[in-house]
Amino acid sequence: MKARVTVYPRREILDPQGKAIRDALSRVGFAGVDDVRAGKSFEISLGTEDAAEAESTLRQMCEKLLANTVVEDYAVELIRP
Amino acid sequence: MKCGVVVFPGSNCDHDAYHVLKHVLEQDVTFLWHQDESLQGCDLVVLPGGFSYGDYLRAGAMAALSPVMAAVKRHAEAGGLVLGICNGFQVLLEAGLLPGAMRRNASLRFQCKDVHLRVERTDLPYTHTLRAGQVLRMPIAHAEGNYEDAPEKLDALEAAGRVVFRYCTPEGEVTPEANPNGAARGIAGICNAGGNVLGLMPHPERCSEPILGNTDGLALFAGVVAAAGAMR
Repeated sequence: MKARVTVYPRREILDPQGKAIRDALSRVGFAGVDDVRAGKSFEISLGTEDAAEAESTLRQMCEKLLANTVVEDYAVELIRP
Repeated sequence: MKCGVVVFPGSNCDHDAYHVLKHVLEQDVTFLWHQDESLQGCDLVVLPGGFSYGDYLRAGAMAALSPVMAAVKRHAEAGGLVLGICNGFQVLLEAGLLPGAMRRNASLRFQCKDVHLRVERTDLPYTHTLRAGQVLRMPIAHAEGNYEDAPEKLDALEAAGRVVFRYCTPEGEVTPEANPNGAARGIAGICNAGGNVLGLMPHPERCSEPILGNTDGLALFAGVVAAAGAMR
């Protein structure tokens, strides 16, 4: 089973990278961009076909390594074959 | 008294820390490889600056899971001395030995310059030779020194007296202008509840000899070496 994990700076925390990208977008002509959050995306292949097990494992991965939950939120998405 | 300097792949201030301990303070020092599972009886462990594991994922995140860190955690939990400098501080945060996290500098720029630090606490093994409110000048060199934690956790950290250094003006005033990276409440260095684990972003090992034009960092090393000798 494949999965996509996304990690983003927490909403309440100022994201200096996102802000710089938003400003750059407006400089190249994209008006009306209210907000940009810059994060990371991971594509992970797992040996299991059990969705509940995969989701549980991926959440543990996020808690232990992929995200720093002091400043980041994460989301787990299973990609059906 | 024995000191150990941990070497992660990508550490680049390991030899500087070794040099200060070995040649300036004439201590018994050894390098500890990141894959070592033992601290070889070291009383003081230094996690040096650099870019461990190329800063992959997050600064310090990969190093925090390396074999040597399991031994460093046991050492810290037993009251042993652990000093994390710059990337070493980031490793301590990622390893959960100190609270909070680092974000990119608010300026989004790598900051490489001298800053001033106000000493907030002087009853620690590292700071007992300093005066409260004393201002030290030290170099910084980092892109992720923007310290952050939840407001109530920052309140608790301050209430417990665990903020050891704050960025300040040369006169000792903590101001937004004197803060080089946007760190919450001007925090440059913190300790654990026991006071035996210290992390700071500035580089005391880069200002511990007259030939470098600044010796403000030496008191920190000399202090902890004396304290470690007394603890033995």
